[in-house]
Amino acid sequence: MLWIKNGRLIDPASGTDSALEVLLNSERILAVGHFAEISHEVANRGGECEVLDAAGWIVAPGFIDLHCHLREPGGESSETIETGTRAAARGGFTAVCPMPNTRPVNDNASVTRSILERKASVRVWPIGACSKESKGESLAEIAAMKKAGIVAVSDDGRPVATAKLMRQVMDYCRSLDLPVIDHCEDASLAAGAVMREGQTSVRLGLRGMPSAAESLCVIRDGLLAKLTGARLHIAHLSTKDSLEFVRGSRMHGCQVTCEVTPHHFTLIDEDVVYDSNFKMNPPLASREDRDALLEGLADGTVDAIATDHAPHEPASKAVEFDKAPFGITGFETALALALEQLVHTGRIKLMRMVELFTTGPARVLGMARSIAPGQPADLTIFSTDHAWTFNAAESPSKSRNTPFDGREFKGAPMATIVAGRVVYRR
Amino acid sequence: MNPAAAAPLRPGGTIAAENSPRDVVSYRFRNLLAMEPLTAEQILFLLDQSKPMQEIQRHPLKKLATLRGKSVALAFFEPSTRTRISFATAASRLGADSMNLQAESSSLKKGESLLDTVHTLDAMKPDCIVMRHSSSGTADFVARHLEIPVINAGDGTHEHPTQALLDALTIRDRLGNIEGLNVTILGDIQHSRVARSNIHLLGKFGCSFKLCGPAMWLPRELEQIGPPGCSIRRATCMEEALVDADVIIVLRVQQERMNEPALPTGEYVMLYQLTEERLKMARPGALVLHPGPMIRGLEIDPAVADGPQSCVLEQVTNGVAVRMALLYLMMGTPPEEPNGGGPAAENKFYRPNVT
Repeated sequence: MLWIKNGRLIDPASGTDSALEVLLNSERILAVGHFAEISHEVANRGGECEVLDAAGWIVAPGFIDLHCHLREPGGESSETIETGTRAAARGGFTAVCPMPNTRPVNDNASVTRSILERKASVRVWPIGACSKESKGESLAEIAAMKKAGIVAVSDDGRPVATAKLMRQVMDYCRSLDLPVIDHCEDASLAAGAVMREGQTSVRLGLRGMPSAAESLCVIRDGLLAKLTGARLHIAHLSTKDSLEFVRGSRMHGCQVTCEVTPHHFTLIDEDVVYDSNFKMNPPLASREDRDALLEGLADGTVDAIATDHAPHEPASKAVEFDKAPFGITGFETALALALEQLVHTGRIKLMRMVELFTTGPARVLGMARSIAPGQPADLTIFSTDHAWTFNAAESPSKSRNTPFDGREFKGAPMATIVAGRVVYRR
Repeated sequence: MNPAAAAPLRPGGTIAAENSPRDVVSYRFRNLLAMEPLTAEQILFLLDQSKPMQEIQRHPLKKLATLRGKSVALAFFEPSTRTRISFATAASRLGADSMNLQAESSSLKKGESLLDTVHTLDAMKPDCIVMRHSSSGTADFVARHLEIPVINAGDGTHEHPTQALLDALTIRDRLGNIEGLNVTILGDIQHSRVARSNIHLLGKFGCSFKLCGPAMWLPRELEQIGPPGCSIRRATCMEEALVDADVIIVLRVQQERMNEPALPTGEYVMLYQLTEERLKMARPGALVLHPGPMIRGLEIDPAVADGPQSCVLEQVTNGVAVRMALLYLMMGTPPEEPNGGGPAAENKFYRPNVT
């Protein structure tokens, strides 16, 4: 048993924000209450238990990352499930959803099972492909993958190109009660682009993709979600138009949810320099788009903060900007950036931030997330004022591709608990 | 302030020159990557340093020993004839050797990374590397990884700083100064590194720009790329673009960049070719510049290309002078040192007067 003492418990599911203690075993949360109640409970259960002193820290439900790349199988030089989940644990995540763009693609149950068999520090909830090899031609073995353990489907990185196939995916996933996640991008408008189209792309002479490349596809998918009744989740939403469409389609009764990454609410296209750590897809958006994302994070339109942790081995990023692959790592800086940009600035309350990392993403997956007896023993304990400097070289991830190396932060994960076990302790 | 801008995100940066603390105005250049970060004073200094190099070119015996024993690596990852020969000539006139790396024979074709290729070149101990590459930002990227000076001879659709310097030198020779001119640039501005470098250079001297070409090559953001206060306007009709022009820079229509929806050649000729008739809409005696290679009959009427207002061949000659000056400044003994000597010494007491 593990007794978490002296913390400030924040649980968006019940709206709780008070000094409460938690008792866990290796599976479930056993009790939540004041010191006296927990002491009594401990005594009743034989009295033997470990204690974690969380004085001055927040005790929250375990963080969920809806969007990451663990590269295994096939990309082990950049990341493995083991190294990636160790980085996730350091970032306070207790469950992560790896995208299926591995080699081979996670488009069948045997790949799904092999992912789930790997050693991991945190829970791995795989996302299966929509189409075979994510080629956008025919449906993947979605029902079999669901049985094997996928929590959603997506052709992330190779978005479903035709409306017809997307409709079929949605129809099918509605019957399977699985959310459909789309990386929204019109391939013809995005072709060859390496950043967002705008003043900076024109100044730097880098090929830009207009924000419409994303929003067009968001609108297409939204209409298809309305047609099919499927649950649609927009991955790494980055533009104002996309956000307004999501807001509007909810009013029309569509089940559309969306996530925003820490880098999209922190950086903008004007920050881009000729350094491939600023190259990601979707690209960093305009100031106006970023400000709209901040608003969406505050007003409830955005459901989740997701990292899109995309490790690439150093050699693959140390090339010409045009040639470098898209993506940056994100597990270890996500919470600190959310505190920096959203909480310390007063834009949102701590409760809302915790929601964006816990009940928000859980709701997207059709799950519950709370700190209550009987719930899984997954908790994230963090500080809002711990001063630290992110040093990418110390990361357990195999990759170092981040624009936030050397950044000073206030607030950090202090302990990550998965199935009653402390998998990370700062 | 943007918090990201304040964060220590990367080492180095693109600052291309540092001001000498000495009373005598001279500048030392670590790299020459772009025109954008240079000041007007630094640009005037470079143009002034090019004057004695122009003199040398008029001399029957053109070779100096100033840079004897030094070598320049010419790393052209994108095919180029004139710029490469211009740099090779500049190096040779100053007594330096040049090492050639060409895209066709490069190990990049065999899968080697750019960084490995330039590190290999660097290990042959050149004193300076001149590079051209089809990807924007590549000179900047390489400069962050090398100790020796890097001169950008064109990076993708970003900048071509030596072209802008030779254009400015040509304009100053013909018109007496480069201040407050009306400059019209014709063609595919969006994909032109020549246009960007010219806007950054001439824009620092109060020049105003009209950019003219097919609308899909003229994104509105171009109007904001110049230095603060610089007037840049787009025009899709030649009449509007040419009125009051002092200088017309005609860009090559880059057939190889026609991956954009191609404009039928006939349409381009009809709407945007610089003809004798259209040239009359500009100020009398307006200069016509072209970075070359020029396609007669497409973007420019042969009569204009060969006419009295054309500066095309002077640009080529001045290209060698500008590049000599740069190589000298980057590889030679710094001019402010007592035993510096060399062609720049005679400018030692020149103090640029910038308004």
